[in-house]
Amino acid sequence: MPKGFTWTTLDVDKFATREMYGKILAEIAPTDDRIVVLTSDLMMSNKTGDFARAHPERFFNFGIAEQNMMGAAAGFAISGKIPFASTMAVFASLRCAEQLRTDIAYPNLNVRIISTHSGLSMGNGGTTHHSTEDIAITRSMANMTVIVPADANCCAKVIVESLEYQGPIYMRLGRGAEPIVYKGEFDFEIGKANTVREGGDVTVIACGICVMAAIKASRKLEKEGIGARVIDMHTIKPLDTEAIVKAADETGKIITMEEHNIIGGLGSAVGETIAEAGLGVKFKRLGIPDIYSTIGQPDDLYERYELDADGIYNAIKGLLQ
Amino acid sequence: MHQDALELQNKAVDIRKKIIELSAVAGGGHLGGSLSMADALVALYYHVLKYDPKNPDWPERDRFILSKGHGALGLCPVLCDAGYYAEEMMANFNDLDSPFGMHPDMNKIPGIEMSTGSLGHGLSVAVGVALSGKLDKADWRVFCLLGDGECDEGMVWEAAMSASHFKLGNLTAIVDRNGYSLDGPTEEIMALEPFAEKWRSFGWDCCEVDGHDMDQLLEAFDKVGDAGGDTPTCIISNTVKGKGVSFMENANEWHYAGCDDELTAQALEELEACRPERG
Repeated sequence: MPKGFTWTTLDVDKFATREMYGKILAEIAPTDDRIVVLTSDLMMSNKTGDFARAHPERFFNFGIAEQNMMGAAAGFAISGKIPFASTMAVFASLRCAEQLRTDIAYPNLNVRIISTHSGLSMGNGGTTHHSTEDIAITRSMANMTVIVPADANCCAKVIVESLEYQGPIYMRLGRGAEPIVYKGEFDFEIGKANTVREGGDVTVIACGICVMAAIKASRKLEKEGIGARVIDMHTIKPLDTEAIVKAADETGKIITMEEHNIIGGLGSAVGETIAEAGLGVKFKRLGIPDIYSTIGQPDDLYERYELDADGIYNAIKGLLQ
Repeated sequence: MHQDALELQNKAVDIRKKIIELSAVAGGGHLGGSLSMADALVALYYHVLKYDPKNPDWPERDRFILSKGHGALGLCPVLCDAGYYAEEMMANFNDLDSPFGMHPDMNKIPGIEMSTGSLGHGLSVAVGVALSGKLDKADWRVFCLLGDGECDEGMVWEAAMSASHFKLGNLTAIVDRNGYSLDGPTEEIMALEPFAEKWRSFGWDCCEVDGHDMDQLLEAFDKVGDAGGDTPTCIISNTVKGKGVSFMENANEWHYAGCDDELTAQALEELEACRPERG
């Protein structure tokens, strides 16, 4: 195993979402000839190699030219294909913001933008490679669906469901070593939040890797007699406002948790919903506090920005005081 | 002379006059760049492209992408004349909720393959379309019309590099080389020359034509190979911005502008005077 970003290689204990992405695409490709896969010199770290080996004629590597890749993805889509275009989240959302908005979202094309290495998952790659603005950017694009799967199984569901879904999807994948939240059969529907832990005292609304951290904190709090509901808000847009209003009504306290700037992402979306519903609840957003995140291993960064189980545990205790 | 040339020269006069008339309806428009590209558009729509205006989604059609989306004022009357829609549909050009504005919307205007307007994007989209065509072993071809000024954009050259890399012989770029971008002559604002050499060095077959000489345009288009080829083609169409109207030619204040009734009448008269003698 090469030294460096050890978390981009296969993790034996956990199942990588990015690995799942490549595997599931390779598996379903024979059933749907509309599928094409595009990457920009990131075949190795995007784990699209499985697809490239199985279906080389439908795999296109655009080199280090993300904007051209996204424009070409639009071209595939207007030709009836379903392109899965993947690059790192920071490039997909920032460098290609205009291609996503003008070439893909505005004409409402069936492009699946698979952004990998989102949030803090590039760790010691530092700020240039951390992606803490992408949810805010993409959810402000009309027509765009924004999904943050919590684990590899959820990722697979999104990929499969996306084949029959109309319009563009921005799918945000993380470090590729997310612990498994969903085991066995589970319901998944784009736009419908999953309540993964019941509880009546407080609600954590999380997405991506934060879901498991919230589950762990909820388990710990249960032993203390505190019921912390955990909602996996895998679809940031269209937002399941019903689940938010219900949680606000029933628990009166909401904490959001995301690997993203606290401005513009899940926390903002939930806050807007609560405010418009006219609900007075205790409310806190966990995320990157509008700063540029520092260098460090991902786990250390999650701890620093209170995005681990201890962080959300302490935040809940604080809100309950 | 090419057997179709005279007829197409007449058609180009018709289209230029429609551009002026439409700009009067619309309260102004991108006149300079629409007039400069009119001959190439006429050559494409009345000689080169396969399409069925009654069935805009006909799978076997050739695909045309207007990368210089601000040329909508030039393209929309062509699509109308070709039969995609009735002229009345353009009566509220530029007005509230009109399908027609400065830049074309694929979901509002029949015959528009791709919504464009932000410069530099169209050739990348055309690359994706051409790759789809290759994947499906289709016979149809892809044509993309760019402005010269938009070739300042890096994305154009990302697309150019990928087109030769992917051996997109089914893709042809036409650059309307009218010599101006918004702020002035391209060679002063951001020099493009040696322009043809740039395309060749990116792996394209590239030729230069007088973009107002229908014979030369038709000859260049006729030389473009079928969809099975390996090398993309670039036709640099050397044109005059504002072509055909004396006060608009090479006068960059007419990049986007409108004529009053008097100037409209003068423009139409001058354009009519350009009509070739019917043989």
